[in-house]
Amino acid sequence: MVKYIGKRIIYMFITMFLIATATFFLMQTLPGSPIASYSKLNDTQKAIVEKKYGIDKPKPVQYAIYMKNLAKGDLGTSFAFKGKSVNDLLASRMKPSFILGAQAMVFGTIVGILLGMIAALKQNTFWDYGSTFFAILGISIPSFVFATLLQYYVASQWHLLPVGLWNDGWKSSVLPSLALAMGPLALSARFIRTEMIEVMGSDYITLAKAKGANGFEIAFKHAFRNALIPLITVLGPVAAGLVTGSLVVEQIFAIPGIGEQFVSSIMVNDFATIMGTTLFFSAFLIVVIFIVDILYGVIDPRIRVAGGKA
Amino acid sequence: MKKDIEQLPQEQFERIHIDSSKAERIEKPSLSFWQDAWLRLRKNKAAIISMVVLVLVVIMALIGPHLNGHDGTTQNLRHANLPPKMQGIENLGIMDGVGNLSGEKVDLYAMKKVDEYYWFGTDGLGRDLFTRLWEGTQISLLIAFVAAMIDLVIGVIYGGISGYFGGRTDDVMQRIVEILIGIPTLIVVILMLMIMEPGLMAIIIAISITGWIGMSRIVRAQILKFKNQEFVLAARTLGSNDSKIISKHLLPNVLGIIVINTMFTIPSAIFFEAFLSFIGLGLQPPSASLGTLINDGFKVMEFQPYVLLFPSLVISILMIAFNLIGDGLRDALDPKMKD
Repeated sequence: MVKYIGKRIIYMFITMFLIATATFFLMQTLPGSPIASYSKLNDTQKAIVEKKYGIDKPKPVQYAIYMKNLAKGDLGTSFAFKGKSVNDLLASRMKPSFILGAQAMVFGTIVGILLGMIAALKQNTFWDYGSTFFAILGISIPSFVFATLLQYYVASQWHLLPVGLWNDGWKSSVLPSLALAMGPLALSARFIRTEMIEVMGSDYITLAKAKGANGFEIAFKHAFRNALIPLITVLGPVAAGLVTGSLVVEQIFAIPGIGEQFVSSIMVNDFATIMGTTLFFSAFLIVVIFIVDILYGVIDPRIRVAGGKA
Repeated sequence: MKKDIEQLPQEQFERIHIDSSKAERIEKPSLSFWQDAWLRLRKNKAAIISMVVLVLVVIMALIGPHLNGHDGTTQNLRHANLPPKMQGIENLGIMDGVGNLSGEKVDLYAMKKVDEYYWFGTDGLGRDLFTRLWEGTQISLLIAFVAAMIDLVIGVIYGGISGYFGGRTDDVMQRIVEILIGIPTLIVVILMLMIMEPGLMAIIIAISITGWIGMSRIVRAQILKFKNQEFVLAARTLGSNDSKIISKHLLPNVLGIIVINTMFTIPSAIFFEAFLSFIGLGLQPPSASLGTLINDGFKVMEFQPYVLLFPSLVISILMIAFNLIGDGLRDALDPKMKD
């Protein structure tokens, strides 16, 4: 296990290093310049600006400096927000994104589990078809379509909740969280349904029935707990989905979060911020997937993460 | 009771002979794998309905742009911002050309003296949205199919080589995949699009640049499972070479899973295209895709919700149909597999 974790951590660093390197060099090939009205500056002014942002040095030197700072956790200085470090920018925008993501995750997973359980316990009834259809909708309908629907009806037609922005306390977070929650909800509903149906057919459920345990006890004490373990595996895709979703959903609801910042930094060619956010997202997803893999092995002793050899 | 039986006339009984040579005869025609799968798929109502819907959408995407005599790029500012109006159902109170004008319901067609019908309305530049919608659907479907095909070809070749030859080749190829799989798709796609000239090709390349990894892993796992089985050994003993074993014996066995996986790649490619266009990285105007149309619609959602409604509907229908067909195919081709 220790060997496996060590190997995975090395891979994580290699992956991060590759992403950082690729991002850095891809940024250099970008058409356009991060400095607005660059062409209007005269040579002296250009030299001053370039020196200030450290882009006057040769590319390999810039790369070395960038990597050195990165190792210290410093993501550089934003071009678009004057003099602000990318670290500060990310930190100041972390909170809304985090709140939305956490709410979507908790709400989506709980409702998804309930739907999946109902579907599995009432297999091939109206309830089953209803919740399966709902799950298909959740997987199929893109989050931005769902978000615009919510915004149009709930906010702008019925005036129940704010249309956007982040200045109305918890009310501002309801609609974007709901839009983000559809993915986790649908994924966990489908997953729990399949798992529950399989568990319900297993020998130990038959044994529990033979012992005379009642339906409620079987469903919750025996089936549900075993069906829940594999649900951890969907955490990876769910986290990826939340990041993807946050880019558009934050845009739609004008939430000052990391996703919104990423999209707007792409629009203004803010190299440092694009790189910083890319690395942040990558690190987040890589760590989530790593934790999922480790947790999975720890929680369910039947699974050996180290592969078939163990 | 016994008497009754004895009273039965002897001539009603006939002695039959069991021909032992026919004991092993198979009564029902033997079905091929695909016939069997089709029988199972046919029972799945959701998948069949989805197939019909999908065929309809594809047909509309092909003929839709030519149906009403407008074209999708001609700008006509006199006809800008018209709500939907369709012959026949205009009398039912919907799609009758009545739109909002500073809070009041007005027949904008009468006001602007427009005689033509714009079935799904027009946008701010007076372009016919019906035509643009189906042109956009065409582009979205094209991107999705091409991206899925590229994923399929690269994934199958990579996974096939890695799984079949094993050993060192496999080791090296899998180390590469292990690193690549750690890179989030979203990040790669966005980075690729930023450095390439925006357009069809850029989106296709961006989507397929990491898309093949999933397919290659599935194919590799399957090949590993099959390559040590007896039928492959038999083929080898009879003198088949590698390429024949792969094409005649291994690929047909893996085909089911390839088909299933492709059916799930297509909707995810449709989603990514729309997603990228929505955040402004995808297709550039004047070309239309479902994503750009939704983006256009989002901007004017407050005043002309119909601009957003139709492309959102089409993309949702497409995604649902593909997912349901994928689910159906998975149940039909590989009953043991689950999500």
